Amino acid sequence: MERKRETKAEELIRRFKYNKSAAFGLIIVLIFVLCAILANYIAPNNPTPSPPELFKSLKPGFWSEDGLKEMPLGTDALGRCVLSRILYGARVSLSAGFVAVGIAMLLGITFGVIAGYYGRWVDALIMRIVDIMFAFPALLLAIVIVTVIGQGLDKAMIAIGIVYTPQMARIIRSSVLYIKEMEYIEVQKAIGSSNWRVILRHVLPNSIAPVIVYGTLMLATAILDCAALGFLGLGAQPPTPEWGTMLSKSYMYIVSGAWWAATFPGIAILLSVLGLNLLGDGLRDILDPRLKT
Amino acid sequence: MLIPVLLGTSIIAFSLIHLAPGDPARTMAGEHASQQVINAIREKYGLDKPLYIQYGIWLNRALHGDMGRSIVSNEYITKEILDRFPNTFELALFSMILAIIIGIIAGIISASRQYSALDYTFMGIALFGVSMPVFWLGIMLMMVFGVFLRWLPIGGRIDIIIPFHRITGFYIIDSIITGNFAALISTLRYLILPSIALATIPMATIARVSRSSMLEVLRQDFIRTERAKGLSERVVIYKHAVRNAMIPVVTVIGLNFGLLLAGAILTETVFSWPGIGRYVIKAVSVRDYPAVQGCVLFFAFAFVIVNLVTDIIYVYIDPRIHYR
Repeated sequence: MERKRETKAEELIRRFKYNKSAAFGLIIVLIFVLCAILANYIAPNNPTPSPPELFKSLKPGFWSEDGLKEMPLGTDALGRCVLSRILYGARVSLSAGFVAVGIAMLLGITFGVIAGYYGRWVDALIMRIVDIMFAFPALLLAIVIVTVIGQGLDKAMIAIGIVYTPQMARIIRSSVLYIKEMEYIEVQKAIGSSNWRVILRHVLPNSIAPVIVYGTLMLATAILDCAALGFLGLGAQPPTPEWGTMLSKSYMYIVSGAWWAATFPGIAILLSVLGLNLLGDGLRDILDPRLKT
Repeated sequence: MLIPVLLGTSIIAFSLIHLAPGDPARTMAGEHASQQVINAIREKYGLDKPLYIQYGIWLNRALHGDMGRSIVSNEYITKEILDRFPNTFELALFSMILAIIIGIIAGIISASRQYSALDYTFMGIALFGVSMPVFWLGIMLMMVFGVFLRWLPIGGRIDIIIPFHRITGFYIIDSIITGNFAALISTLRYLILPSIALATIPMATIARVSRSSMLEVLRQDFIRTERAKGLSERVVIYKHAVRNAMIPVVTVIGLNFGLLLAGAILTETVFSWPGIGRYVIKAVSVRDYPAVQGCVLFFAFAFVIVNLVTDIIYVYIDPRIHYR
């Protein structure tokens, strides 16, 4: 009897189906990605009307009779539609997270591969720098970097990217150290392949699984930290519809009973981070069963 | 390991002023300082000398507790930090105690009743906990318990109408030694919401790690032997399994202290808590570089100390580890 051999992709999809929480995480993440892409079409209102429509300030949403029909989740202090701002905010926050993790991957993979592959003093030097950067809580280091390079969403992304670099470098280094000792690498060296060829063609592709897993989990914390910087006034600046900035500009109004403007952006942060965490944990179980806790 | 890390962090803190755009002397003097003041600062801190000598001078001063003066308040930064330290310490300690007690208990219960409804509930909550934006949780707690229910105050350290004598700077200790019962109650009431907010993430992480570590231990042979011996489940779990499962938990607690310090920056901002976290944010927003330097050094130092303490605790809970 002949059995159909499944391809790598089919195997992954099959395993994904059995991992309910990963699939659930993926669905949440996809919904947010769709919101971000389609924000122009699905947002009911302009997220940054100019001049601000102050007469609509802090109106409740669909649950109240005083609310405006066209603003389902109510309005913020400047009379802007909270729902539309959250939808556009998905675009800002998700892309900020992607860029930050992208920077961390680029730098982390470079340093990690160099440290792991060349070893000796190069490794020692890079790893000491990594240790020093680990002595700072991530958010504090990001704040320090933002203090130097200035405030703003682009700067915040760079800062978070730099802060996450050591983590990525460490992960890559340890998998390079493991792969370096494999026989097929020895073969490559024996047939005279250049170092770069060995790294690009053989070492990197084989250490990609942990990069994907930790990249996903890192994306979750990057979104959280970006929102935190926005909340502290060091990240995205108003009127950019960014979730953390939205929170910081509306939480003082809860005293007057306007709870919606501060509640919904936070739920958006929580759900997107939750989705990415579920997806990341699931990917870890699927791609790298050795790491399973 | 300790010394190079501390030196490295001090280099990062030192370079802060030199990497910031503009002349460091002008930066330190503040925007509206006169040329004389700038010259005086340049001389005092040796800013006309080569960088490595400047670093030496700066480090020497820092080691003697002189971080310079704040650009904004003109107070000594060391004093400003020490004034605020007790508040941050009380908040962090209270949150950590809360996180450790509840986290470990939830983890143990979940592991001993794996796949029960209770297990799913705890782990579901923990999953939300690790994804929680602390600042938002703080706002929500403030809204529900402070604004709607009016059970607890929404921000600050103590009721301003209550007379209070400052001795050590620790509000709880001071109110106990002065026998000021009203102040003690008030200061504890102000502490509750921020500590819950700050405790959430470490609590969730501790619960998850305790559970998986317990499950690991419960699968081992010696546990089977003990059950076979006829020991009660209570003795097996609480006396033998828990002790063996705590090592990874201690690691996670140590690692979480860094997150706790970062969380303190956010929590203190939300609850107008007069601690170092809020101070550093204020300093950053007005570009008070010497103050930011001081706080950075302080936080890195605190983090290193915590790691050291974690390493020492290992020796106590795991007799197999020895330090030569």
